[in-house]
Amino acid sequence: MALVDVRNLTRIFDVSKPWLNRVVERREKSYLTAVSDVSFEIAERSVYALVGESGSGKSTIGKMLVGLLGPSSGAVEIRGTDLARESDVAKIDAVRRDIQMIFQDPFASLNPRWRVRDIIVEPVAARGGNTDGMAEKLLEQVGLSARDAGKFPHEFSGGQRQRICIARALASEPKLIVCDEPTSALDVSVQAQVLNLMSDLKDSFGLTYLFISHDLTVVQHMADRIGVLYLGRLVEEADPDALFDDPKHPYSQMLLAAAPQLDSFGRDVPPPTGEIPDPINPPTGCAYHPRCPLAADICSQKRPEMREIRGARVACHMAE
Amino acid sequence: MTAILSIRNLTVEIPTRHGILHPVSGVSYDIGAGEILGVVGESGAGKSMAGNAVIGLLNPPAHIAEGEIWVNGARIDHLTGDAMRRLRGKEIGMVFQDPLTSLNPLLRIGDQLTETMLAHLDISRAEADRRAVAALEEVGIPGAAERVASYPHEFSGGMRQRVVIALALCAEPSLIIADEPTTALDVSVQAQIIALLKKLCRERGTAVMLITHDMGVIAEAADRVAVMYAGQLAELGPVRDVLTAPHHPYTDGLMGSTPLASRGKDRLHQIPGAMPRLDALPEGCAFHPRCPRVQDACRISPGPRIEDGAGRAACLFPMTREAVA
Repeated sequence: MALVDVRNLTRIFDVSKPWLNRVVERREKSYLTAVSDVSFEIAERSVYALVGESGSGKSTIGKMLVGLLGPSSGAVEIRGTDLARESDVAKIDAVRRDIQMIFQDPFASLNPRWRVRDIIVEPVAARGGNTDGMAEKLLEQVGLSARDAGKFPHEFSGGQRQRICIARALASEPKLIVCDEPTSALDVSVQAQVLNLMSDLKDSFGLTYLFISHDLTVVQHMADRIGVLYLGRLVEEADPDALFDDPKHPYSQMLLAAAPQLDSFGRDVPPPTGEIPDPINPPTGCAYHPRCPLAADICSQKRPEMREIRGARVACHMAE
Repeated sequence: MTAILSIRNLTVEIPTRHGILHPVSGVSYDIGAGEILGVVGESGAGKSMAGNAVIGLLNPPAHIAEGEIWVNGARIDHLTGDAMRRLRGKEIGMVFQDPLTSLNPLLRIGDQLTETMLAHLDISRAEADRRAVAALEEVGIPGAAERVASYPHEFSGGMRQRVVIALALCAEPSLIIADEPTTALDVSVQAQIIALLKKLCRERGTAVMLITHDMGVIAEAADRVAVMYAGQLAELGPVRDVLTAPHHPYTDGLMGSTPLASRGKDRLHQIPGAMPRLDALPEGCAFHPRCPRVQDACRISPGPRIEDGAGRAACLFPMTREAVA
């Protein structure tokens, strides 16, 4: 059974103006659909990556997985337990313990007034667990020194801070770690160190990652399965080799063609046209149809269902 | 090839309580007409500081301590504030990372464009208005004639960066300094902006200093690349040669640590440690504590300095390899 089962997940935000403005300016309430009918599974001990441009809903899905946001409809089941609907507190607590998160900005996600030791053991201390020597051991596992436990976050560089964040995520011995752009704030040589560390820890702790990133090369390097998001919808899901060698959805094709490659010297390809549409008033039918080279009449009328094409799941009327 | 910009032995100093720091130290390079020079390096390598020194926007107490900067055959590093202000916008255009903070939120974009043109060019108001529309059309903003009356917040991020590029180009400068112009943008929009920069640079013969940390952007856009490390130039050369057959071990490490499709899922190459802090630069070559090819001489001598046209890597024992065709 899959560790994580996401079914028809939808999240709608109310972005209306205040009541008085709506009355005076005669405006309707407005809603932003950040995530729309997304379904996927994450197998145990695998890395599932979500890629997409800004506003594609990848971080919102991550937050719903860890329970920082509730779904508007649909469900997230982790080991068969739906945290939003489960009523057995003990069961919720047991599942919650298995989930941790690593954030993008290692400067904002560590309390500047706490010593590193207290930061790292917090997930365990908050549940009254025994934390003797735990911070020192974890620091060494993430490639820092046990003596660093007494220091404050400002004494570390960005890459070292991200290691502290990883140590904190490991403290409660989770099964699933949601990593929201874990290396986007880091330089490329430091990024390599952190990515290698994450791969090593995955093997030694038997972890499962949901890896959220906008960087296609990083995703290709890390992921076992990749989901491509566009405007809150999952448009394609495939294994890395299948996705990068043979993308089936026109949006995936555009995204891969647009990404700068290290061997694309003086490349002169026509750049993609158009921009991501307004998520408050998304296009009808398939959200990508106004920019799509393959668009036909049906694309603006009917939202495409997920179809299996050669091992990939693709939401497109025209893809073959 | 005539050089639009020549930097010679540029050194920037910041006096602090703990001594004098050198965020840029002994850097020399040229950019020719119609050429895009990519300046790449990690944070703190001094790439933005070198760009700011050229355009005269160093924040005191940082100042140019040594070296010369020439633009179109005129020396500009010793100009006073007023003379420099006439030069900025006229001779040198600037594109920053965040398009929202480089536009005035209270002015219509048409007014921001005409303001720049009227300050630098001897043209009438009506002519400036006409050129503002033409400039927006040139950078690919649909409905330019109507959009001149819009405010910056009414544009998307990619469109705003187009406006900033139009603003940088409207007084027809011979040099553009683009400091991380696509870092805040999405991949598809980034591709559009890079294509636009390349097109304008080719058509007008504008020299571009493209400062970025993204090797992929460099490969795609630049003609030559300058790799910076700890304030110094580590390697300088044609982009294909430098990226496919690096001579400096730092460039080699940087390329190895970039995830690449052809490498599959093997472990990424790691450069051990981190870039040294400016107040604790090692003796000799700044890279030697992290270098896999370090020898005794590296701990004593900083290695040869790169003068443009002569020498490619600032390394005592460069890796000599043939570029992949």
